[in-house]
Amino acid sequence: MAWANNVLRVNLTEGTVSNEPLNMEWARIYLGQRGLATKYLAEEIDPACDALSADNKLIMTTGPLTGTMASTGGRYSVVTKSPLTGAVACSNSGGFIGAELKAAGYDMIIFEGKSPQPVYLYVENEKVDIVPAHEIWGQSVWAADEWLHKKYQDPLLRVAAVGRAAEKGCLYASIVNDLHRAAGRSGVGTVMASKNLKAVAVRGTKGVGNIKDPGAFMQAVNAGKQVLAENAVTGQGLPTYGTQVLMNIINEVGAMPTRNMREVQFEGASKISAEAMHEPRASDGKPNLVTNAGCFGCTIACGRISTIDRGHFSIENKPQYWGASGGLEYEAAWALGSDTGVDDIDALTYANFICNEDGIDPISFGATVAAAMELYDLGAITKAQTDGVELKFGSAEALAWATEVTCKGEGFGLDLGLGSKRLCEKYGHPDLSMTVKGQEFPAYDPRGIQGMGLTYATSNRGACHLRSYTVSSEVMGVPEKTDPLATEGKPEMVKAYQDATAIVDSSGLCVFTTFAWTLEDIAPQVAAACEGDWTPETMLEAGERIWNLEREFNLAAGLTAADDTLPKRLLTEPAQTGPAKGHVNRLHEMMPKYYEVRGWTEQGVPTAETRQRLGL
Amino acid sequence: MKLVFKLYAGLTDYLPADAVDNKLIIEISEHSTAYEVIDRYNVPREMAHLVLLNGIYIKPEDRNKPVFSDGDTLAIWPPVAGG
Repeated sequence: MAWANNVLRVNLTEGTVSNEPLNMEWARIYLGQRGLATKYLAEEIDPACDALSADNKLIMTTGPLTGTMASTGGRYSVVTKSPLTGAVACSNSGGFIGAELKAAGYDMIIFEGKSPQPVYLYVENEKVDIVPAHEIWGQSVWAADEWLHKKYQDPLLRVAAVGRAAEKGCLYASIVNDLHRAAGRSGVGTVMASKNLKAVAVRGTKGVGNIKDPGAFMQAVNAGKQVLAENAVTGQGLPTYGTQVLMNIINEVGAMPTRNMREVQFEGASKISAEAMHEPRASDGKPNLVTNAGCFGCTIACGRISTIDRGHFSIENKPQYWGASGGLEYEAAWALGSDTGVDDIDALTYANFICNEDGIDPISFGATVAAAMELYDLGAITKAQTDGVELKFGSAEALAWATEVTCKGEGFGLDLGLGSKRLCEKYGHPDLSMTVKGQEFPAYDPRGIQGMGLTYATSNRGACHLRSYTVSSEVMGVPEKTDPLATEGKPEMVKAYQDATAIVDSSGLCVFTTFAWTLEDIAPQVAAACEGDWTPETMLEAGERIWNLEREFNLAAGLTAADDTLPKRLLTEPAQTGPAKGHVNRLHEMMPKYYEVRGWTEQGVPTAETRQRLGL
Repeated sequence: MKLVFKLYAGLTDYLPADAVDNKLIIEISEHSTAYEVIDRYNVPREMAHLVLLNGIYIKPEDRNKPVFSDGDTLAIWPPVAGG
């Protein structure tokens, strides 16, 4: 089955743990991970509950292929209700802890209630302890990780933890695992900290068995690996340049959100790009990029490991940052860089390091700093708020300071920890928040890539590129090129991407495989691994079921069709330069058709027929 | 005419040593095509996946047609993606 058939339930209020079998009836129609855990969440909590109350639950969940020999089969997700958006949150991470959890004999952990004191969870196969965490509460993720490794004297212990920002209530705090991988978006770390849960430390030695048809599984997995290796994107482009290869492309096509999305092209893009990360520094002749890195079982290895110039102002007296650590991915580089107008690659790498060290989402953080910089530009925020710091667009020093105070939850960092929406409301300019459903935009301006406007507006977790990555077709021509400035056909395309991504996110695999794989490659691996009738067709249908389940959660939480929109700037202020010059996002041309192809009413509610067809 | 010619990612190696920021300014004629420029720098045509003229995609069937004006930018990538 590829399942351990074992759910670990942790009641933090009572301090108890229990085991129960995985609900296989649900697993057959929601697969695992994102889909299955969302089903558990929707059944077990009131979607209208306060996300930071004991009534919310937090689920760490694997997919059926997590921990297997399938390429990229190391993914895990955190599913909960988001404090940032009020919508369902599902944050996906790589690294090694997901596979370790499966190897310890668990498909998912459901955390309920709230501990009366700071604790961490220690899992070593059947041994499960809720342990007081006073020594590491108030410490960074990296400090907690080091302390736990020293305490248990086990280098193979896998740790996921929250940092000081989460403890101080930053609404976009992440859960960082394996030092620099993260369930990054939607404030899942904030929920974890609200439960007084500092860390989860896992050691599993059982391996992952129960493969339904081992022979067919090995055959399907090997065929899939060959496809990844022979594909130019997954075999060469991503390992060599990482996601950062997008920096110059997206700038060239005029869809690079710049200075809080005032502009669509950044004059400093080449200085913070993948190509720049390969260039030797003048100071020591070494490039920013040290090596690439892979997560558990991954044969792509897109991760970046970087160093900062030791003479750079951000670390010259901080030897703890002189070593190599998780480097810039495109999303972090964009948010910390072009959106704030900062073209100093060392400053961005420093900010990225400490986003990992203390667990905040660099997308939401960078976009919130960008909004704060625009508010400063307008005089709505002054030095009185910023402790005398000039919060100007383009200031690397201001970016470094903002990152430090936000990660520590100090002074103005508490305002930045509110996220862009609440910050802009607080300082009287709500229209300057570049968010959907309260979550900050990723790195694609929807005036230059029309399909991404619909993607952001309809994403079930607020603005997100990973719910429907139409950039792949509209810009990169994978699998085929479409016109980024056209709206025709985009509703159908967005729906197809959303459904396919939802099921990939439920499998234990990384969505980056889909630059080479289709569901024709994935379905045989899933079908051979676990119970259920898994074909490309049934997987796509399950993806649609998951999408509608998330939608119904959000509707029950109080969201409406009015939340399926974009900031006024993107709908009314045309792009000033590049191929999209003169264009706004034409969401109104796409939304009615999108609801129609979804089988929803004009109010964005799944019809009775749609619900019946999907078995909801 | 002058053309700003850019090669990125795995195509960077095809640029001459005097290129700065992945970019060269080259002389072309009004009859020049994208493929003519691509061939001039020995870039394998099958690796010229994303071919952008002033940021706008040139379809493969249009890469043998004269499409340039003075001061245009031609930027090329191999198959790449990210997210």
